[in-house]
Amino acid sequence: MISWFTPALPYGWAYFIATIIDILVIALPVMLAVAMIIYVDRKIWAAMALRRGPNVVGPFGLLQSFADGAKVFLQETIIPAAANRGLFLIAPIITFTVALIAWAVIPFSSFSVVANINVGLLYILAASSLGVYGVILAGWASNSKYPFYSAIRAAAQMVSYEVAIGFVLISVVMWAGSFNLQTIVLAQKGEVLGFINANIFNPLLFPMGIVFLISSMAETSRTPFDLTEAESELVAGYQTEYSSMSFALYWLGEYANVILMCALNATLFWGGWLPPLDLPFLYVIPGTTIGLGLFWLLLKMGICFFVFSWVKATLPRYRYDQLMRLGWKIFLPLSLLFVFLVSGWLMLTRYHPIGA
Amino acid sequence: MIQTLAFYLFAIMVCLSGLLTITARNPVHSVLWLILAFFNAAGLMLLLGAEFIAMLLVIVYVGAVAVLFLFVVMMLDIDFSELRAGVARYAIFGFALAAAMAVEIVVAVGAWEAGPIQTAGRAAPTPDPAAVPNIQALGTLLYTKYLFVFEGAGLVLLVAMIGAIVLTHRNRGGVRKQNIAYQNRRRPQDATRMTNPPVGQGVEL
Amino acid sequence: MSLGYYVKSFTLWEIVKGHALTLKYFFRKKATINYPYEKNPLSPRFRGEHALRRYPNGEERCIACKLCEAVCPAQAITIEAEPRDDGSRRTTRYDIDMTKCIFCGFCQEACPVDAIVEGPNFEYSTETREELIYDKGKLLDNGDRWERAIAANLAADAPYR
Repeated sequence: MISWFTPALPYGWAYFIATIIDILVIALPVMLAVAMIIYVDRKIWAAMALRRGPNVVGPFGLLQSFADGAKVFLQETIIPAAANRGLFLIAPIITFTVALIAWAVIPFSSFSVVANINVGLLYILAASSLGVYGVILAGWASNSKYPFYSAIRAAAQMVSYEVAIGFVLISVVMWAGSFNLQTIVLAQKGEVLGFINANIFNPLLFPMGIVFLISSMAETSRTPFDLTEAESELVAGYQTEYSSMSFALYWLGEYANVILMCALNATLFWGGWLPPLDLPFLYVIPGTTIGLGLFWLLLKMGICFFVFSWVKATLPRYRYDQLMRLGWKIFLPLSLLFVFLVSGWLMLTRYHPIGA
Repeated sequence: MIQTLAFYLFAIMVCLSGLLTITARNPVHSVLWLILAFFNAAGLMLLLGAEFIAMLLVIVYVGAVAVLFLFVVMMLDIDFSELRAGVARYAIFGFALAAAMAVEIVVAVGAWEAGPIQTAGRAAPTPDPAAVPNIQALGTLLYTKYLFVFEGAGLVLLVAMIGAIVLTHRNRGGVRKQNIAYQNRRRPQDATRMTNPPVGQGVEL
Repeated sequence: MSLGYYVKSFTLWEIVKGHALTLKYFFRKKATINYPYEKNPLSPRFRGEHALRRYPNGEERCIACKLCEAVCPAQAITIEAEPRDDGSRRTTRYDIDMTKCIFCGFCQEACPVDAIVEGPNFEYSTETREELIYDKGKLLDNGDRWERAIAANLAADAPYR
């Protein structure tokens, strides 16, 4: 795309403009996807409770999220008198922005990724560690008890599970030999038995995939781990004092994070934009040269999101000490053990083969 | 052009947020300015081409250390008048520190003016920094040449961590703690016994 | 404990079982109805929005005996009465504050002439509270609108009274 602008502009500016267009091309569909994913979430959740879910606005209720959005944006923004005004307003913006910036390094097909950087995975870790601030600041700036409790819970929860996620990512990185997400995806080609393109079916990485799935639910505060919004204890958690647009931004940010985690799950463990099986006719639409990368990635993300919703509809909420126990006493040792196993295995087979 | 713009943006933001860190009245605001400073410093690292260091700065300092700072500061019940009363007492110490740093800066600038350190005698860095990714270059150095120093640093951190736990952990007697694993493991047959006693005879307990 | 326990716990066996159950329910027939388009049947005794009825000749039934006002536990009913020009006793004011009403049905039980009834309508939400303070005109209007349904309900319930 840079080449479109290079005749008229110097390279730096052409790159700049092309990147901004890239960002819009990703950010706008993500926002649209958030609206649809909220609808899908509600539908799945309703179906498992034998309900119908939203079905009035638009065909099959498809426009429900937009109606909700319009309603929320027309409401009055209430800022509590005792709140810390500036931070109170900045907090939701941080959550929303952070949920969007991580998309820069997700590869959508063999060529389409905004920033194909060497430290892609570290960038994602950095972005997700920033997500805590939106929550902490909201809790503190609201100057209200329950949001503050919720913020403290959220911060402790996210920081704890980030440790486990870090180790899981390390084992994937060691297996692929790179921090670059595109390389990680390509390394999964023919990963298992030579024709299955997914890390998850590798016995050494399978437990890590499950740990990552569960940790990503904890990281996004989805249901079994939604202690931050435990309405029976904390009213509405850190969003209690929020209304109107600032509330909507939290809403969007939360679901954008969920989709991001689905994309990460798909990219790291399910082969990203590669088709599930390494067969030539699955890569492109038969008879053409149009790649199917985006289709496979979206399919995998969709399945992953279904699992997220499914878990939300099934499991009750953890107690806080159990949540911490799971993170620190089970996931951390387990992922550490597998880092050890994976590195040992690679040492024996790839870098210093026995008998070589 | 863009690099220059970005450099001045990041540099000005670092200086500004550093200044605001020490002048902000509210300690929470201070920490937040500090986080912004970290962030912009990470941006400067990126401009230098040290992307790994930049990401580590964000992950470790912004993502973990500053969160703990924020935690502590939010929980503090600060009496501002008392804090201001302490200023006079520590003023001399503070000025001494400031003077020392000013001297160091002057020395550093003087050394800079005197010309670069003679690096010609030093061998060129073995992996060419342009050809090898940051992480790989760092990794090869850390795990070969500086392996013992690296492991030693790790050991120091481990000792510090264990020390902190040993010092703060106390085993209080008489506390009935919940053992979740044990509770989950318990099955009906561990706790109950089905019997079918004849009428009037009761059960042996 | 046995090895089986550890296998079960690390394969999240019970959680997987729970998910299988919810997945089964995912494909079941829905228990809820498509509300604004489908509605559940209502009992003839259903106590919904209030209405003041008329006789078939158009004369209003209410004789201003104020029994409903007296029996109303929420004190939602306010009645003022005066003799009409033809000498009959009629209400000049009959207000029900629907925000106070608890829909106990005592008013229709107390009414000697079946004038005040609670009809089958339950879809009368409003945008302001003021709209929920019903006056005589509104109640009579309700009565005219719902007369067929109300009469059918009363007839259906009559054998059990």
